[in-house]
Amino acid sequence: MSDHNAPGQPGEPDQPGRGDDLMAGLAGGESASGESGGSGEAPRPRRVIGTPPPAQARTLLPAEQEAEQPPAPELPAEPENMKRANRAEKLVAACFIIATLAGLGFIAAYVIFQVHSVTKVLHSNIALGTTMAVAFLAMGVGATIWVRHVMPKVELTEQRHPMRSSPENRAAFAKTFEEGADTSQFTKRPIIRRTLIAATVPIAVAPIVLLRDMGPLPRKSLEHTVWKRGTRLVVFGSNRPLTPAEFSTPGSSVSVIPEGYEDNDDALAKAATTLIKFRPGELQEPTRLNWTVNNIVAYSKICTHVGCPAALYEQTTHHILCPCHQSTFDAARGATVLFGPATRPLPQLPLMVNTEGFLVAASDYQEPVGPSYWERS
Amino acid sequence: MGALYASLTGGGNAASAAPPAAKDVAQINAGRQIFLQECATCHGFAAQGTPGVAPSLIGVGAAAVDFQVSTGRMPAAENGAENPDKPPRLTPGQTSAVATYIASLGGGPAEPSAAELNTSQADVGVGQQLFVANCAQCHNFVGAGGALTYGKFAPALTQTTPKQIYEAMLTGPEAMPVFNNNTLTPDQKRDIVAYVTGTRAQPNPGGFSLGRVGPVTEGLVAFLGLLLFMVLVAIWITAKHGKSKSHE
Repeated sequence: MSDHNAPGQPGEPDQPGRGDDLMAGLAGGESASGESGGSGEAPRPRRVIGTPPPAQARTLLPAEQEAEQPPAPELPAEPENMKRANRAEKLVAACFIIATLAGLGFIAAYVIFQVHSVTKVLHSNIALGTTMAVAFLAMGVGATIWVRHVMPKVELTEQRHPMRSSPENRAAFAKTFEEGADTSQFTKRPIIRRTLIAATVPIAVAPIVLLRDMGPLPRKSLEHTVWKRGTRLVVFGSNRPLTPAEFSTPGSSVSVIPEGYEDNDDALAKAATTLIKFRPGELQEPTRLNWTVNNIVAYSKICTHVGCPAALYEQTTHHILCPCHQSTFDAARGATVLFGPATRPLPQLPLMVNTEGFLVAASDYQEPVGPSYWERS
Repeated sequence: MGALYASLTGGGNAASAAPPAAKDVAQINAGRQIFLQECATCHGFAAQGTPGVAPSLIGVGAAAVDFQVSTGRMPAAENGAENPDKPPRLTPGQTSAVATYIASLGGGPAEPSAAELNTSQADVGVGQQLFVANCAQCHNFVGAGGALTYGKFAPALTQTTPKQIYEAMLTGPEAMPVFNNNTLTPDQKRDIVAYVTGTRAQPNPGGFSLGRVGPVTEGLVAFLGLLLFMVLVAIWITAKHGKSKSHE
């Protein structure tokens, strides 16, 4: 490829290329007719804003000078190897017929394979996917064979033309712009200008107001869960309350939820809790030991990073691992962060035993559970 | 004696609470001989454990022994982050003898009975709910396994027998938490076993299962496969052969 006409280099001023004309016509509405043939400077009528451009700029008829140009070199119309092209023609047609049949097969598969069970979905997926893949593939293969074996082999070089308008056109555009500004009296009549600007401001602000559609502000709701003094801990899934004697095997861990909210997903999204039983002496500061019962400790299950359920408890190392981003908490030491993107320990739920002997919460969590947020105190 | 065992088992299965019958004594002695050959190097001659190397086996129960030995995790090949399962070294008879010996040392959950493992009455729906709540975070939602911290991992459950699944819940092997019979009742354990074994026969609606580890593998396979295919197609489309004449 030649790059002697790279953008940025000014074209020859007396013989601008076709690109120049096009750009001039787009940019300034100026006509640059009569120059294509290089017959010298034609008069450029000044164009008044709001009037149609001079007729000759829009004409689609070839100018007389253009007719005298040597005709563009023609591409060879026939392939060199006619026999091979004829063979390829049949192949291309076969590909396209296959594509047609596969496309029809796609429609047929959609009608035939109904989807109301897992197994039927399997069959439908396979039939639809296969027919569609075959249809597109056969079309692509056919088109490629067509190009490679039927069309004549030629290499075309397309010249690049400068994108920049000629200095005259640029100057004319600047002049037109300034004239337009004067004619509209935009600068002379400030009251029109300022009221127009004022009119655009509310429309620009409107999208900010629409943010309200994202829902009510959370206010204090993120700081509290449904846990309160006396709420029994029940095993998630079976909804059984637990006594410390039942949850007595060291190394036990189970997901618990507040009794009475078993089916309340909104409440459980914040209240989900992990209950862990330790051997005597394993629990250490900064765990709030007076919030534990018989070496049973409860931590929020909601990761303080972005709120995934952090529930991979390893009883050997006492690690609580969050599966989303590998935040690791030390359950024996107040769920402090050992590794990962989380910055705060998992909040600890104060535990006690009620008069019936069941494990209950002594209060709500004393700090907001889940990911940090900007209003968090 | 029974009160002592009950305090050691901590609410687990206390089937071994009665004093051993005469016919079990031979079994216990046989188990002790195998223990001394295969296990005592790490766990000590009285199964008291070696600090930092191997835990005490007093009170772990027959279920723990059966799980560890029948999955081949014990005897361990080396000290590592995790003892992976491998073909078992001891025969079922030897395993049973060692389990009887360890159970005779005191308490611990017994091996589940055939009735407890009978899943004909199991509720797979309850099993799925409990599995998702308590097991899926490590073992993946169909038991395909997953990674833990510092080289540990939760193994796939695709080859695990119902008895081994039950025993693992009961005893908490390796890093796995314990789920005693109060946390998850025997019926609920049976439901979970039914769910885990039931997922193995489920069809894969999307085509290949790709290990059933989720959309990351599926996306990666699709991405790499299609990329390779498109590279080959691009090579074919742009390949030059035959005479090509330059034309400007």
